[in-house]
Amino acid sequence: MAEAQPDATRIAADARDRIRFEEEALGLSDQVYRVARHLAGSREEADDLVQETYTRAFRSWRSYTPGTNLRAWLLRILTNLNIDRGRRAQRTPPMQGLEANDYFLYDRLTESDGAPSDEERVVERLSQDDIVAALASVPHDFRDVIVLVDIGDFSYQDAAQILDIPIGTVMSRLHRGRRVLKRELAESVLEEGS
Amino acid sequence: MGHHDDPCAHCEEMMQPYLDHILSEEEMREAEHHLDECEWCRKRYRFEQSLRVYVRTAVSEPMPAELKKKLAALRIPLN
Repeated sequence: MAEAQPDATRIAADARDRIRFEEEALGLSDQVYRVARHLAGSREEADDLVQETYTRAFRSWRSYTPGTNLRAWLLRILTNLNIDRGRRAQRTPPMQGLEANDYFLYDRLTESDGAPSDEERVVERLSQDDIVAALASVPHDFRDVIVLVDIGDFSYQDAAQILDIPIGTVMSRLHRGRRVLKRELAESVLEEGS
Repeated sequence: MGHHDDPCAHCEEMMQPYLDHILSEEEMREAEHHLDECEWCRKRYRFEQSLRVYVRTAVSEPMPAELKKKLAALRIPLN
């Protein structure tokens, strides 16, 4: 850094911007973690990924444009790191014959005797463990989109940008991913019932 | 009854976009009109809505406090 006599005002402004950036980024860490936890395979991986993400973010803070979506910017770093770790090696399994329809899970949950009659209670037949396990078994490409949109509250547009895929792909993966998730949930209910 | 008829199949196709709020006004009215009349579909829409909330709640775990500390420590010190 052979900068000739940088003036004190500029240095001060720079430091102030950086501190503001760091604080804003740290303020989003809960949300970043929530997404990372399910993009990565395990808690440990999520921990590492979030740390690497922040290390990189703090180093390259200048490439963030103030006023744009910082949460999406951080997630972009995180998903790229995740890809770099080679977890993309997993192929997307064939999808034929899965989701008969969107109502499949509901029908499965209500077909047995003694099923609650109001829809809000029907979901309670699924345990938290069922849901965590079902989400983990959704193939990555689909899960990433579900995690960003349905869990992380990102818009289709943000998810497209973060994952670097067209918005139409976000929509179709989301659509299929939700069905895969429901199929997995239906299977877990079936196993418990047998 | 009636779920093999076209209106319910169509309504099913509209469920995800409806819940994602991406239907046009006209499509939205169309879906709502059907839902007003069809308990069969209405129950399934309500279920889907509850499921989304339920899934989101079930998979959200708080960030470990330890990790939060580690992140704060990654900040680049001023010098």
